[in-house]
Amino acid sequence: MAFISRYPRFTHWQRLGRLNLWIIALLTVIASIGFLMLYSAANGNLHPWASKQILRFMVGLVIMVGVSLVDMRTWLTVAYPFYAIALLLLIGVEVMGLVGMGAQRWIDLYVINLQPSEIMKIALILTLARYFHVLDPKEICKLRTLLTPIVLIVLPILLVMRQPDLGTALIIVLSSCAIFWVAGVRRWKFIAAGSFILGAIPFLWPFLREYQKKRIFVFLNPESDPLNSGYHILQSKIALGSGGLFGKGFLQGSQSHLSFLPEKQTDFIFTMLCEEFGFLGGLLVLTLYTILLVYGFGVALNSRSQFSRLVVIGVTTTLFLYVFINVAMVMGLLPAKGLPLPLISYGGTAMLTVLFGQGLIFSAALYRDVRIGH
Amino acid sequence: MNEKNEHQRLFTRRALILGGAQGVLLTSLIGRMYYLQILSNEHYRLLSDKNRIYSRLIAPSRGQIVDRVGVLLATNQSSYRAVIIQEQVEDLSKTLVGLRKILDLSSEKIDHVLEEIKRKPRFIPVTVKDFLTWEEVAKVQLKLPDFPGVIVEEGQERFYPHALATCHTVGYVASVSEEDLDEDPLLELPGFRIGKNGIEKVFDQQLQGRAGVQQVEVTARRRIVRTLSTHESISGVDVQVSMDLQLQETVMTILSQYKAAAAAVLEVNTGEVLACASYPGFNANSFVQGISKNDWTQLIQDPYKAFNNKVIAGQYSPGSTFKMIVALAALEAKVINSTTQFFCGGHTQLGNHRFHCWKKEGHGSINLSVAIPQSCDIFFFEIARLLGIDLIAAMARRFGLGEKSGIELTGEKSGLVPNRSWKSMVMGKSWNLGETFNASIGQGYVLSTILQLAMMTARLCNGGKSVYPRLVKSDTVAEFEDMDLNQDHLQLVLEGMNRTINDPIGVAYSARITEPGFEMAGKTGTTQVKSITRRERELDLHKDPNRPWEVRDHALFVGFAPVVSPRFAVATIVEHGESGRRVATPLGRDILLATQHRMSKL
Repeated sequence: MAFISRYPRFTHWQRLGRLNLWIIALLTVIASIGFLMLYSAANGNLHPWASKQILRFMVGLVIMVGVSLVDMRTWLTVAYPFYAIALLLLIGVEVMGLVGMGAQRWIDLYVINLQPSEIMKIALILTLARYFHVLDPKEICKLRTLLTPIVLIVLPILLVMRQPDLGTALIIVLSSCAIFWVAGVRRWKFIAAGSFILGAIPFLWPFLREYQKKRIFVFLNPESDPLNSGYHILQSKIALGSGGLFGKGFLQGSQSHLSFLPEKQTDFIFTMLCEEFGFLGGLLVLTLYTILLVYGFGVALNSRSQFSRLVVIGVTTTLFLYVFINVAMVMGLLPAKGLPLPLISYGGTAMLTVLFGQGLIFSAALYRDVRIGH
Repeated sequence: MNEKNEHQRLFTRRALILGGAQGVLLTSLIGRMYYLQILSNEHYRLLSDKNRIYSRLIAPSRGQIVDRVGVLLATNQSSYRAVIIQEQVEDLSKTLVGLRKILDLSSEKIDHVLEEIKRKPRFIPVTVKDFLTWEEVAKVQLKLPDFPGVIVEEGQERFYPHALATCHTVGYVASVSEEDLDEDPLLELPGFRIGKNGIEKVFDQQLQGRAGVQQVEVTARRRIVRTLSTHESISGVDVQVSMDLQLQETVMTILSQYKAAAAAVLEVNTGEVLACASYPGFNANSFVQGISKNDWTQLIQDPYKAFNNKVIAGQYSPGSTFKMIVALAALEAKVINSTTQFFCGGHTQLGNHRFHCWKKEGHGSINLSVAIPQSCDIFFFEIARLLGIDLIAAMARRFGLGEKSGIELTGEKSGLVPNRSWKSMVMGKSWNLGETFNASIGQGYVLSTILQLAMMTARLCNGGKSVYPRLVKSDTVAEFEDMDLNQDHLQLVLEGMNRTINDPIGVAYSARITEPGFEMAGKTGTTQVKSITRRERELDLHKDPNRPWEVRDHALFVGFAPVVSPRFAVATIVEHGESGRRVATPLGRDILLATQHRMSKL
């Protein structure tokens, strides 16, 4: 495949100079809100969470800038090998789990635990984008052409579900759907697929793990089990609701600090934020994320190459899904899933995925006028 | 190109729909948030206040430490502290002023409390004063109705009933410092203490026990409505040490005749440490309540090093107490036998350096059975000349010198047994014969701890078994390897130690034990702290009684008793005590006598 490039390649310095500092500042602000909450979660201590999280964010920023300096055309070239490696890693953790070396889902890199399923999120976006990049609309209309990408999605999904990690599986499926959608797959196909999945639920139900079933039951009626599974959601709602407009004040969240709130430093950090900073605090955070999403869509709409557009949509949607599922979960709108709030929750995996994706968006923004040939 | 535009238009349309959908979903989240936080605020606020279920940790009580007959060396006492819960306080400044009067608080303390109150959430109790006296407890209790939000909490405090005598072995607990924190939430409990030194530190895990958890439902005012579940804490396991408190205190008293001294008493067959005393001691209890900066500086800067356990952390030249090792090495290498004689004329020449015997006029022609009791230096220089440093070092190592004994204490030093390869490695220079001379009388590079010397003595008199010192009682009987020494050689050396004390020719005859059946044998040592210049030697300045304390010689003694079938070994040092013979030996005698008297009663 030959890539026609009519534009000279940028030097690294030129690329650095063109990075959108406003967006980097925005990312830093969001992450800093996270540091603040982690400081509060530890009862006013940098130790044990905030300090490590700051380190992680800095590492993440460096990776993001590194990613953004790579030419979009290079990402196109490496998409398929990247996917192959991610798939091998996923199989690798699966095999190691089977051999009995413990069910580790990650590769430990000291500050960040690299999870193959996270690598797969990015790899799949790049792969699907590349696949659709070369197709013209007529071809996309054919059912036959969709077979390959569906296999590309199903393979990792099966592996991720075995771990079992429903949250990640859901994000992979939905972000892939978003790429299918903007690539131009016909509407009726989505409707058909949706109906098929709904119809299949009764058959899939026996395959769910006991705790997954329980979560869904409890989600449907949280008050039924106030001291166990429903406890999390109920306490989270109480914490949120009692926050009011202005919140109880920094470090003053009685629900969070009296240990009612489970995992206040990870999954339920948004709850704590809303308890301490109220509706206004929650609104601010959602607004900041929205700005980030709008920027992503802006870059997608202004890109000249289909590859860039699809990648950016995929990445932006992934961010959206993280935020939406987490926030909906803590407010009792979705079953408790175990998905973090990206950039804010303690932990490096989601942060790394989001920052890596942000790097891709920067790269796309930089090369928005470049047409990438077939 | 048209197709391309079509493609792009499709994308734009679809992307806008996708973005719109995301916008709608995010808006619905905000709607939900508005519903929960604004519309239902009242409802949830009530729930949050009314129904606070929380888990609290129950600290386990720490295991006790007892001596070999069960006397408590470390125990727990109830203690009381006044805490303030900001949330419940009506007028903070009035409350603090009131408390200040009752509890006699300094203004710095008040500032400290205020700062902590500001930093911590309103519902977390802040300690105003720890370790209240009974009087203070009564006063605060009386005033409680006037000061809502002030509570007297009961806790447990570590207490060492015999702190001054046991501080170095039992050690102490102190508050958890930043670097001690790990995953264990127990460590974050206010008032929790962990072992920082001695047995308290080495057996910390065992002593600590396991925390319990209690789930309670509380009101907004933190009044406990009901207990939902309780997992009791598991108390720590007691530790019994082999040390005998009564003997330990006697030894401390004996040592206290001098400014700085130390002694270790071992059971020679089991290695049990019966006494491990380092004088002066310190009050370990002051660490429990948090030692003041002033006291700490004073302790650290103490000229007599009260904080150090001199038995294991002090490294001294063993001096003449090392001569048994040299003699055994020589006998084993067959460079001498029981009849080999050397001539001592008070000094010997090596190159242009003159090595002196402690006895100026010399000992004349003597063999080993006189050289040990007379502690003739020249005799050992001559042996050393034939033997070389490496064989001496090898024998010393077999007796456990030059390496940590592994006793269950913190801060043990390894001492030093030099040989050729050590010198070339550390100093990059080759060994010379003068250094062998110095080593042969336990000076120069050779360093040992008092515990090592006691262990060495035990190994000499137990028939050559490689016994190791043990401080903690255990049910298992330790088996010690045979050191594979020639029993005739051993007897020869022991006879020398016997004659040192019990033969009129011995240097320490005057300090012998006369009580029948309790007689001891031993070896004295006097070691230079500062090398003697030729001028000082000529003018006898190195024996000047008016020399400053820090430059005077150390006085050492190692010994065992009874002479027939020995049971106890002792090693003792009087820092800058000037004379092993006149100072350390009577000390060792008193300790061995006290040990035998005490142990015969048990």
